[in-house]
Amino acid sequence: MVGYLFLAIAIISLAGFYAGRSKAQTSVGKLSELHSLPNFHGGFIAAWIGIPSIIVVLLWLLFQGTVIDNLLLSSLPADKVEGMDQAQLSLVLSEVRSVAAGNIFGDPEPHIIAAAERYNSWYSISRWSMVAVALAMCLIALLFTRSKISGRFRARHRVERIMDGIMVVCSVIAILTTFGIVVSLLVEALRFFDLVSPLEFFFGLNWEPQIAIRADQVTGGGAFGAIPVFIGTLQIAFLAMSVATPLGLFSAIYLTEYSGPRFRKAIKPVLEILAGIPTVVYGFFAVLVVAPSMREFGATIGLDIAPNSALAAGAVMGIMLIPFVSSLSDDAISSVPDAMRHGSYGLGATKGETIIKVLLPAALPGIMGGILLATSRAIGETMIVVMAAGIIATLTMNPLEPVTTVTVQIVTLLIGDTEFDNPKTLAAFALGLVLFVVTLMLNILAQRVVRKYRERYE
Amino acid sequence: MADVTPSTSKKKSGKAKPAPKGKAKAPEAKTNGNSTDATGLRTKTDRPLTSSRQDLALDQSTKISSSDVCVFYGDKQALFDVNVDILSNHVTALIGPSGCGKSTYLRCLNRMNDVIDIARVTGNIIVDGIDIYDPDVDVVELRARVGMVFQKPNPFPKSIYENIAYGPRIHGLASSKSDMDEIVENSLKRAGLWKEVHDRLHEPGTGLSGGQQQRLCIARAIAISPSVILMDEPCSALDPIATAIVEELIEELRQNYTIVIVTHSMQQAARVSQRTAYFHLGYLVEYGETDQIFQAPKDERTQNYITGRIG
Repeated sequence: MVGYLFLAIAIISLAGFYAGRSKAQTSVGKLSELHSLPNFHGGFIAAWIGIPSIIVVLLWLLFQGTVIDNLLLSSLPADKVEGMDQAQLSLVLSEVRSVAAGNIFGDPEPHIIAAAERYNSWYSISRWSMVAVALAMCLIALLFTRSKISGRFRARHRVERIMDGIMVVCSVIAILTTFGIVVSLLVEALRFFDLVSPLEFFFGLNWEPQIAIRADQVTGGGAFGAIPVFIGTLQIAFLAMSVATPLGLFSAIYLTEYSGPRFRKAIKPVLEILAGIPTVVYGFFAVLVVAPSMREFGATIGLDIAPNSALAAGAVMGIMLIPFVSSLSDDAISSVPDAMRHGSYGLGATKGETIIKVLLPAALPGIMGGILLATSRAIGETMIVVMAAGIIATLTMNPLEPVTTVTVQIVTLLIGDTEFDNPKTLAAFALGLVLFVVTLMLNILAQRVVRKYRERYE
Repeated sequence: MADVTPSTSKKKSGKAKPAPKGKAKAPEAKTNGNSTDATGLRTKTDRPLTSSRQDLALDQSTKISSSDVCVFYGDKQALFDVNVDILSNHVTALIGPSGCGKSTYLRCLNRMNDVIDIARVTGNIIVDGIDIYDPDVDVVELRARVGMVFQKPNPFPKSIYENIAYGPRIHGLASSKSDMDEIVENSLKRAGLWKEVHDRLHEPGTGLSGGQQQRLCIARAIAISPSVILMDEPCSALDPIATAIVEELIEELRQNYTIVIVTHSMQQAARVSQRTAYFHLGYLVEYGETDQIFQAPKDERTQNYITGRIG
């Protein structure tokens, strides 16, 4: 129904477009007498037909449910709903809705059946009036805008302003989404901090979020000191970056400065493929290949390496991050002007001296940008650590022991049927907030650095 | 094809050749107190260094001698059998229309063509008696002796001080901080930039004006005390005033360095050089005294280029 309506609006818009275009063409003798090209006239009409009616339809769809529900509640016999609280009322409403949809279980009371009939008829009234209103708006817009079209009508300016508006809306949507995420995280995190003091959360050394859901359950006391989790995250991110930075940077230097064009052409896509591998697959790789072989290797040299070690997860994550570092460093190094290279060679510098003393310093901001971007990926990465690093939060600096990270804890806290009113689940939001803030700051830092880099030459 | 005239260069050094004819008519002959005696012999006795561009032409020894130089970019031959002898302490200008091979030839002289993968050079280029394309020659050492200044000023994104110190540092020319300070100061002074920048040596070199940047690049090149400086259209990105300053500088540098300059401006070639080579389509067409090239070119193509009919 709504789909057909949108289709109809689109068709009318298209018709309006052609109507406007042909009217603009015929309204003058020569095309050059038009202020705007015919397509702008058509676009002007199409936009005025399409956009307001679609907005009205969307608003209608958004609010019709609430309006009908309220009407329905007030139309129910007063003696049946007397003294009901909000939850019971919504139960009644959903019963009415399911009866209206034809899913009848047992014997509904007669007032429910009557309400269901009313519900259905109101719905169809609402729908048809929506169609009527939307189509009427389309036609009015068509007639009104078409009458405005003439040789001197500044359709181009109008269309450009409409486009401006559309772009503003698009960017606002992204901003609002971010804002919404922040607010929802904040609200839930504040609820958590009502239950657990921020002091304990940020400085506590013990993380045992498993608390009793039922009174008879035997679990830990529920300690929410997040330091071990933070340490684990930083440890894994550090391990990952100490793998990714040298490998990525050196491969970028090799690709830009040393390799022949054919090798470069072959190897760059392969590096890019690394970035396209789903992280779950890296997780398999870490848990089935890297961790066992590390364990065996450790056993041969007398080291006891846990099957879930930070080292395995960090190393595999580092491999995953190579393309981030290498491709951004690659861009940064190859965008250093050749004049710099020639200037350095011309002074008798070798390739190595040129790279170390001229290219890397000049490309440093871009390289730093890549590294920071990769770091925020490392901190936010979930799947590899879930599979390879472990769940138990041990406060340790030893990379051979299992650790856990913020993201892993969020996953484990939210798995299972728990309500969102106890500290265990709410802790996930507090962790999420910390993660969000840290990665946001890293991103801002990275952007700053990259911007500085852009200003470097010229 | 190359009717080169390197013969004069084969003369004994220290002996000046006959006074160039038509010198007074040379477009840039700005002084008149430099008349020479009949033998053309001259000394640098009491004249200011820049009073005349003939003053310094004392040393007629060959600095760079190239024979049968050909350059190929892939399958395309860019330079055909070039034979030129470049004289010590002269400014030699390479002129010619775009794509004539003058820059290519210049880049052969310090093997900057090595940087281009597809470039191949044949023939011999002898600098100070050493064949620079000999496998034994270290290109790093060569470039320390044959410095280069590029078309577009290309200071490194470092401080002025670090720009100058870059070369001496990689060649280990300074043993202490004060040594380095001295090298930096001397180089900047020789490049005529010291007065303008001495109080902001640690500000970025990229913050200077275009002309200052180019002089910074010249200072950077002379900081490693080369004996030859190659200049690839050093003034093409500069305004007339900056160009005049750089030209004056070239004139001054001539007493210590052999300079080869590629230029698109014939006036500039006439102003700054003592000898001029005219390239056309990859061939060296004519090479000789600047005055002779501009007053009485032997080849018709040179004549056409100089009078503006081609180019």
